[in-house]
Amino acid sequence: MLRVEHVTRRFGGLVAVNDVSLTVAPGRITGLIGPNGAGKTTLFAVIAGFVAPSAGRVLLDDIDVTAEPPHRRAVRGIARTFQVVQPFAGLTVRENIAVGAHLRHRARAEALCRAEAIAAEVGLSAALDEPAAGLTVAGRKRLELARALATEPRLLLLDEVLAGLNPSEIRDMIPVVRGLRDRGITILMVEHVMQAVMALSEHIYVLAEGRLIAEGAPETVARDARVIEAYLGHGAAARLDRARAGHG
Amino acid sequence: MSRVAAYLPIAAVVALAAVVPLVVTSNTVINFLVFTLIVAVAAQGWNLLGGYGGQYSFGHAAFFGTGAYVTALLQTQAGWNPWATVLLGILAGAAVGAVIGFLSFRSGLRGSYFALITLAFAEVFRILANAAGITGGAAGVLIRLDVRPENFQFASRGTFFWVGLAVVAIGLVLTRAIERSRFGAHLVAVRENEDAARALGVDPLRVKLLAITLSAGLTAASGGLYAQYFLFLDAGIAYGAWISVEALVAPIIGGIGTVFGPLVGAVVLQGLGHLTGHLAGEIPGISLVVFGALLILAVAFAPDGATGMAGRLWRRWRRPATPTTTPTATGGERC
Amino acid sequence: MPFASAARAAGREFISNPVAPMFSPEIVATAVLNGLLTGAVYALVALGLTLVYGVLHIINFAHGALLTAAMFAVLVLKLWLGLDPYVAMVPLVPLFFIIGYALQRFVIGPASHGNDANILLVTLGLSILIENLLLAIFRSDTRTIDVPYAFMSIDLDFALLALPRVIAFGVSVVVAAALWALLALTDTGKAIRAVAKEKLGAALVGIDVAHVYAVTFGLGTACLAVAACLLMPTFYVSPRAGGAFVFVAFTIVVLGGMGSIPGALIGGLFIGVVESLSGLYFGESLGQIGIFAIFIAILLFRPTGLFGARA
Ligand SMILES: Nc1ncnc2c1ncn2[C@@H]1O[C@H](COP(=O)(O)OP(=O)(O)OP(=O)(O)O)[C@@H](O)[C@H]1O
Ligand SMILES: [Mg+2]
Repeated sequence: MLRVEHVTRRFGGLVAVNDVSLTVAPGRITGLIGPNGAGKTTLFAVIAGFVAPSAGRVLLDDIDVTAEPPHRRAVRGIARTFQVVQPFAGLTVRENIAVGAHLRHRARAEALCRAEAIAAEVGLSAALDEPAAGLTVAGRKRLELARALATEPRLLLLDEVLAGLNPSEIRDMIPVVRGLRDRGITILMVEHVMQAVMALSEHIYVLAEGRLIAEGAPETVARDARVIEAYLGHGAAARLDRARAGHG
Repeated sequence: MSRVAAYLPIAAVVALAAVVPLVVTSNTVINFLVFTLIVAVAAQGWNLLGGYGGQYSFGHAAFFGTGAYVTALLQTQAGWNPWATVLLGILAGAAVGAVIGFLSFRSGLRGSYFALITLAFAEVFRILANAAGITGGAAGVLIRLDVRPENFQFASRGTFFWVGLAVVAIGLVLTRAIERSRFGAHLVAVRENEDAARALGVDPLRVKLLAITLSAGLTAASGGLYAQYFLFLDAGIAYGAWISVEALVAPIIGGIGTVFGPLVGAVVLQGLGHLTGHLAGEIPGISLVVFGALLILAVAFAPDGATGMAGRLWRRWRRPATPTTTPTATGGERC
Repeated sequence: MPFASAARAAGREFISNPVAPMFSPEIVATAVLNGLLTGAVYALVALGLTLVYGVLHIINFAHGALLTAAMFAVLVLKLWLGLDPYVAMVPLVPLFFIIGYALQRFVIGPASHGNDANILLVTLGLSILIENLLLAIFRSDTRTIDVPYAFMSIDLDFALLALPRVIAFGVSVVVAAALWALLALTDTGKAIRAVAKEKLGAALVGIDVAHVYAVTFGLGTACLAVAACLLMPTFYVSPRAGGAFVFVAFTIVVLGGMGSIPGALIGGLFIGVVESLSGLYFGESLGQIGIFAIFIAILLFRPTGLFGARA
């Protein structure tokens, strides 16, 4: 459904994303992991159209959308959440979600109605008429998700929607994300909470210092020496192996 | 909120105001009220862009003056009917708004930069109007007195009050309709967070352009009314900073981003202005001193303006210390 | 301006040139020098504006009104106490520092609740308030002061320069240098630069940000007091006088790059020369539009400033 081809993005001298190619299969949850500063959010911004790539292309259903602005891509069915949440602070939760719903529903009444239904889906019903500025961290993450969902996307880009949540809140969110996939929404998710991303994703890409260093099924990736090195530092894989051998 | 409930307050306010010329006979008072309505229309225009769209213009005089000059000059130079020239003035003002909006928003100007560039445009217009021959230059334009309704000139000031009130009513209905539309939701979303809006399929440039065009058109209507009421214009009146200031201060005093804010603000502002002028004995600039002070006080202590403050007091008085829901928030529609 | 009109009169003889009137090198040189002299005072006004922008990241819309207030203060001191404008710097610079400090600390800061749009509105409110208060007190008449050296001049052989303008240039350069030294060398300067760079970090290491903001604002306002004392010997004052300068100052600041002090200096001198030369070639009324046109054009096409400083 989504194809990223040789995307590079530079910020001055820094190469935040370096020649990354990946594909996201329809109807699945694909994970994108990597240490801090790996370039995950930048790649998301390129896919959603907020940042132009220095080189490379983004294709949605084989259509080149690299030159399209974000709002055109939203119409095509790409929705994203922001890692640093971006609520419409002065509006209520209902009004926030309705902005998303308006993408497919012109009438105000209908959009407000959809907002209510989606709030129920992500567990925000109780806060519908509260100003978004007053929400807790967990509430804001839910609002990000709700607004994106309200656009009725085909491809949903989730940037760390679990970060900052406590274990029980994470446990609540996992079935919500899985439910979306079951409804046919394709999901690409960036996540640092390993348990969650391993449990949810069918395929995982690993980014480190802007480069794609590994990909595959969750179990394969978790054992990949390069991935362990990227996360734990040079020599970590070998140490881990020795430790395992010692125990075994 | 049902459609009737949404527009009922507007109907009630307009009906109530329409009675005023029937009971008030003093020419001075009607004069004051007509001027207040003209300012209210300009303020309604500003509020569409500034209040709902969050783009604070310091140069709405550019639109007011264009509406006024086109209204006046097409009569005096081309001999066209003033009802038509007022409409053309509105279109011209809207066009100027669209051009200024396109240039500024396309360049990504916002916040202070947008405020300053609108002011700069208004000043350029003022200097040009003052220097050009067609506008009568520094001497100004005089519209010939010819009191006939088909000539947009009325024997009684009360009639002009009703005309002004009708335009205010159009502004109120337009504002409410925008509030209840997808465009309104997009506009407010752009004000609150442009990036988030883009992610949800909103094209901020398109939304802001439409907003500034409507805003400029409404403010140009105010300029047309001014020209027809006072029958005289010069560059300082048409493109002067005074109207930019009034159009901005009134909504902020009354309640920014609300339907009735600009009207309430215009009444408060003009009322206080006159009162201080009266008390202080016509010292030049004294009413503007009050405007400046009010602007600071409103930003500091009443960010939701007079209507917001009144609403809070009212709720406190009705049911002390119970949390309330805001009426716009609930919407009321059952799904 | 007598120079410009004399120059224009001279120019008529050369109208046969279809592109632009030709002027003798002496006249052009005089115009350029005069432009530099005026430009230095512009730079001083712009310096205050850009300093406040660089540290507080706000546009102080009341800057022009505060300049007018300072010019009236010079006028009052002269009329009541017979104080020479240059001597008036001694009481006025500290006084305006305090006024600026207090305005930021007790009015602009608290009233705007840390919101940029509010700051703009509050400073707009201040400018309306100050300008019209001056109008109420002094009425709209244009006033000047008489000093014995108003018409003294320095003869450079090829050019004749008005003494007060030469003094203004010299003092402006000295003040700019002093300001630079203050920012670069003193503890206060270090605190100001720290806050400008990283407000949160500065607060964490124990810098009182509200105080630094107010000091910066005070310094910006003190620059205006100096500018007012330098302007009054040759310039007039009316409640609207500051308005003429403030757009020049805004233009200089966007030209030089918002928040850049060298940018403000170079931009000030540049605008001074441009204004002087366009007055020479195009006449005064078009020159008036010129400033706004430059301002609009820079914002639309080169928002980072001509000298490529940060946005
Ligand atoms: N707008 C920008 N300008 C300059 N550098 C940027 C910009 N955006 C990101 N970067 C840099 O690009 C690199 C990648 O950042 P990015 O936010 O994409 O990483 P990430 O993988 O999302 O990290 P995290 O897990 O911390 O969210 C970082 O070094 C970051 O500092
Ligand atoms: Mg990230």
